[in-house]
Amino acid sequence: MGKRGRMSQEVNAGSMADIAFLLLIFFLVTTTIASDKGIMNILPPKQDPNQPPPEVELNERNIFNILINLNDDLLVEGEFRNSTDGLSDEIKRFVLNFGNPDEDAVALFNSLPPSLRGMAEQSPESSDHPMSGGAVISIKTNRGTSYETYLEVLDEVKKAYFEIYGERVGLTGEEYRALTGQSAAEKELMDRGKENIPMAISIAEPDKIGS
Amino acid sequence: MSKFKKKTKADTNIPTSALPDIIFMLLFFFMVTTVLREQEILVEQKIPQATQLQKIQKKTLISYLYVGKPKNTSLYGSEPRIQANDVLINTSDIVLWVNQEKDNLSEAERDQIWISLKADRDVKMGPISDIQFELREADARKLMYASVGRVENN
Repeated sequence: MGKRGRMSQEVNAGSMADIAFLLLIFFLVTTTIASDKGIMNILPPKQDPNQPPPEVELNERNIFNILINLNDDLLVEGEFRNSTDGLSDEIKRFVLNFGNPDEDAVALFNSLPPSLRGMAEQSPESSDHPMSGGAVISIKTNRGTSYETYLEVLDEVKKAYFEIYGERVGLTGEEYRALTGQSAAEKELMDRGKENIPMAISIAEPDKIGS
Repeated sequence: MSKFKKKTKADTNIPTSALPDIIFMLLFFFMVTTVLREQEILVEQKIPQATQLQKIQKKTLISYLYVGKPKNTSLYGSEPRIQANDVLINTSDIVLWVNQEKDNLSEAERDQIWISLKADRDVKMGPISDIQFELREADARKLMYASVGRVENN
């Protein structure tokens, strides 16, 4: 074959890259990588109107009160503040206070790693023990509170718990949070982390005043 | 000099024949990962930031509720509204909507439904708590506050 024949056989592929680039840029721009991420929350079961909610006797010292007003100011345990800085550390210390532990709680305390045991201040004004009925975080908002501030506070509370859970199994809070529970080993870690320390977050009905 | 020139001429030719292949590979990656939005979002969506994010493994279990100020204020007003699928609904319709969403799932998965609440950061807690109340009524108690990650500044 002559030189001419060979020329006509080759398809001109030089512009192929350009076309592909164009398509690539189109998809790059239109793509919003779907992120199904968020803060998980389990709502309490619905109330039966004929049955009043069960009265749970809780001592004031066992409740960590966070109030958010309609100006997004915070009242944490009766103390005014306007940012959430340091809130998660306070919650950690509140949960791990072990002020008045019963037998089970002492056993739980002894099972904790030393770093968490060191956080127990055993103050009589703070929570009795972190087991169920022992330490509750209560978040109460106003109907005019912004969603963003509410989420910020909830974020801090979650952070405190994840750090406790993580530390129990020798992980950081970050690593613990990334566990999916899909493999048996991960599930075991997750269960061991939260065993006997339930995430007791109570979200109260918001106030109607001022909205 | 001429000898030197000849040599460079041979070297400067970068083979670009593999370029389309590489680009195509990227293209396919993006085509596969792209989820074309099947519904138009009628409300404003500035998703709030948070740090303690978790992921739901099974995406088929998630149903989305969009809350925010309507984009078309002349038609829908400026108060925050709820969007489910592609229509704006009232708070009282949530129970019905949840039941419809549950019907789309298989029998075994019905009580595992997750509601992803995609609320605008400017929404107040009033409408949010109304939605939460309705979700409790509908027995769809697994709620996720959709948020985007924030880099912690410390």
